[in-house]
Amino acid sequence: MAIQVEHELHRRRLGRNTALGLALGAFVLLVFVLTIVKVSRQDENGNPPGMAPTAEAGQ
Amino acid sequence: MSDFSAIDTGKEAGAGDFVQLLKPRVMSLVVFTALVGLLVAPVAVHPFVAFTAILFIALGGGASGALNMWYDADIDRIMRRTQNRPVPAGRISEGEALGFGLALSLISCLMLGLAANWFAGAFLAFTIFFYVVIYTMWLKRSTPQNIVIGGAAGAFPPMIGWAVATGGVSLESILMFALIFMWTPPHFWALALFMKDDYSKAGVPMLTVTHGRRATRKHILVYTLALVPFALALGFTSIGGPVYLAISVALNLWFVKGAVGISRRDEAQAEADKYRAEKAFFTFSLAYLFLHFGALLIEKSLSAIGMGGW
Repeated sequence: MAIQVEHELHRRRLGRNTALGLALGAFVLLVFVLTIVKVSRQDENGNPPGMAPTAEAGQ
Repeated sequence: MSDFSAIDTGKEAGAGDFVQLLKPRVMSLVVFTALVGLLVAPVAVHPFVAFTAILFIALGGGASGALNMWYDADIDRIMRRTQNRPVPAGRISEGEALGFGLALSLISCLMLGLAANWFAGAFLAFTIFFYVVIYTMWLKRSTPQNIVIGGAAGAFPPMIGWAVATGGVSLESILMFALIFMWTPPHFWALALFMKDDYSKAGVPMLTVTHGRRATRKHILVYTLALVPFALALGFTSIGGPVYLAISVALNLWFVKGAVGISRRDEAQAEADKYRAEKAFFTFSLAYLFLHFGALLIEKSLSAIGMGGW
């Protein structure tokens, strides 16, 4: 049997690596957008929205 | 030579095998119920935070699926329905499935905690623990009530969704849990009646095997009747309303009618029409759950225009 350069096994391995690469890329993007969302919704004291306002907040 | 044959078996796993490890069909139920739990909660969640939360709840559910396939590889190899899963088929090793499941569990719980709140993250961790340790490792092989208690794992997602929004537990979220929890036994036992899996060979004590089919039919009726008050009670909470209640009454009448029909049949009748009533009951049970949660969504969208609820 001749040695094949491209085996079916390589195709599956490429598919697996591509999927992992895409998953990692998507994860990085997700954390980035999540950070933007969380940081931009903080008030001037760094509290997330919905936290009990302090006494001076009403003034 | 043996080196060559070792890699030339054609059993290298593709990306699809890892997706299969996550039990995507179970995941769709998890996504839908968790999303409803999140959306009907009285606290609004930023859309992207909600998306992230649902994604990691789904991933956590998938991780528990992978851990289940790791632990159950020995019985999966015996039963015909599960023989082609990635681990028993030899495409993914047991160690790989374990590592994949553990890593995803850790990532999903941490990310849910960071994106939403730590109560929700801990709740997801508990759900994975419950499904993998309590159900898979302990109950599944030791009691014919395995389905009943194991169903709790599948019932937690709407509570987690609710916890993402509110950071806690309430009557509404407990009743959403109860709805799925009580629904699971009749749903699965109907499946067990017509699937006729080789559970006994694999040593899994299924009710159909340990107590017989006659008893299973009775169990379906009793559990269906026990489910009804929980389904209706949800209609009287803050997330229910007249529309939900109307839909729920209709669904429950139909479901009980189906259960009564199943309990009155015997095996000869079922064999004669190829388990038509059991299959119809099983298919309807899926619609039953989907429509109940859909009705909660309808109430929520009606309340947005001032018409939902009581």
